[in-house]
Amino acid sequence: MSNETNRRDFLGYTFAAVAAVGGAASLVGMKQVWDPLPSVLAGGFTTVELSGLKAGEPQTFMWRGKPIFVLKKTTDMEDNSRDLLIGDDRFTVAIGLCTHLGCIPAWKKNMWKCACHGGEFNPSAEQVFGPPPRPLDLPPFSVKGTSIVLGEEGPEYKKIAAAMMA
Amino acid sequence: MAKFEKANSVGEWLDQRLNTTALTKVLMTEYWIPKDINFLWAMGVLLAVTFKILVISGLFLMMYYKPDVNLAFDSVNYTIMQEVAYGWLFRHMHGVAASVVFLIIYIHMFTGIYYGSYKQGREMIWISGMLLFMTFSAAGFSGYMLPWGQMSYWAAMVITNLFGGVPVIGDALVVWIRGDFNVADATLTRFFMLHVFLLPIVIMGIIGLHFYTLRIPHVNNQKGEEIDYDAEAEKYLTGNKKEAKVIPFWPVFISKDFAILGIFLIFYFYLVFFHYNFAMDPVNFDPADNMVTPAHIYPEWYFLWSYEVLRGFFFDVGPVKAFDIGLAAFGFANVIFLLLPWLDRDTKILPAHKRPMFFIWFWVLMADLIVLTIWGKLPPTGTNAWIGFAAAMLFIILFLVLPIVTKIDAKKRGE
Ligand code: FES
Repeated sequence: MSNETNRRDFLGYTFAAVAAVGGAASLVGMKQVWDPLPSVLAGGFTTVELSGLKAGEPQTFMWRGKPIFVLKKTTDMEDNSRDLLIGDDRFTVAIGLCTHLGCIPAWKKNMWKCACHGGEFNPSAEQVFGPPPRPLDLPPFSVKGTSIVLGEEGPEYKKIAAAMMA
Repeated sequence: MAKFEKANSVGEWLDQRLNTTALTKVLMTEYWIPKDINFLWAMGVLLAVTFKILVISGLFLMMYYKPDVNLAFDSVNYTIMQEVAYGWLFRHMHGVAASVVFLIIYIHMFTGIYYGSYKQGREMIWISGMLLFMTFSAAGFSGYMLPWGQMSYWAAMVITNLFGGVPVIGDALVVWIRGDFNVADATLTRFFMLHVFLLPIVIMGIIGLHFYTLRIPHVNNQKGEEIDYDAEAEKYLTGNKKEAKVIPFWPVFISKDFAILGIFLIFYFYLVFFHYNFAMDPVNFDPADNMVTPAHIYPEWYFLWSYEVLRGFFFDVGPVKAFDIGLAAFGFANVIFLLLPWLDRDTKILPAHKRPMFFIWFWVLMADLIVLTIWGKLPPTGTNAWIGFAAAMLFIILFLVLPIVTKIDAKKRGE
């Protein structure tokens, strides 16, 4: 092999190395351009005051553009491992998107009914009828006095999440 | 440098610089097409024309469309539909063409399957065609979202949610694709980019590839006959046009395409002017609302069959969730057609009516796809759910038995 060829090979390999580093770096950049913006991430926390809720009448709040159901349970509603206890009150906190295909179920008398394909969830947010494969999802939250901050993973959240996994 | 002489005409001037004479020969006047093909082979030209209509009408819409969650709905339903002169025409042309293009793609695809045009040497034609189908699907979906109506919004919601089914990274992937925790402004603007720039460019590239893949194996014919193109072209060029099995694409073959194109365009503009509604879901005339879901959501007709395969599996099997089975089946439905050249074990290229078992297979597949399409639009409750399940199962089984079916045909013929 002549010297000439070696020099060209060397240039070729050097270029390949430079291009590989540049290519990898730009892939990282491109990935991050698609990440949510800081302003979007900052909007990821919502405080919900629970003391004003009426038992048996769920309210819907918006968090990260998603509906969040919060229901203060009445005394005759069943206990559930997913209940959030604050003082003597029991709450169900759930993301209000049907776990089937993502419609928003509506509260009818004593359960959430999904109009899309007839899925039903009881006051503890468990699926009791129709195609939904699992209970309504639990949003991360932490408890501050009588309110909850959605978007933070507090100890109460972790406990309930663990109980739901079991 | 080549030697340039004084040109006597514009054509000659161009020919010296761009070799236009040779180019038209290769592309048109000496691009050979078998005589033995029917109107179904005109779908390629129809598709090329429909794609052009989509691009041009899209350009006109883009001048007034605003990719912003606060402005998008009005820019379409008020500015384009009411204010812009003939804005409604361009919108309906675009909307109808987006729907019709899938009809033609399906006809094109199933013509290929019926006549075995994906086999022995034509695999690349088939693969590039399926890639086109996939990019068209992505373009169709990203465009469907832009008017920011209720159907647009919830379609985007459901489709982006599907990526949540990817193991481990699913949830993060959904957020990344949307650029927000929910389908929101970031999602709209990036899908706008995909729809008006990236996907059309990719489509144009693959169309180029698709045309190129035809050059070496050449187009199939009704009998699946192997033609010696050089010899047949020679016959044609020496004046023996009657015996030659081939004709030049231009101007001979294209005249047939034009006739069919004429009929197609009359049908298309009939839809544009009198039946544009079929491509416009009434629900989409409500502005997107992330706190209210429409009572019943379903995709456009051309995605219904795969949507039904996704939905068809509605019960858990042991520890596996129904949703995951559906997702796996959906993935299967979307890639299995790509593998067709290898699933078909018949050693000959023959039309379906010369392959008894395959003939049955083909029409059962057609019927199954129609059932899936119809049930994809019905609410999946009660017996509907079971019919959906059976049809989805049948779809999968059909592809699993295809190698056996085609083998039997070959055996029966004594091969
Ligand atoms: S989306 Fe709720 S039942 Fe299908």
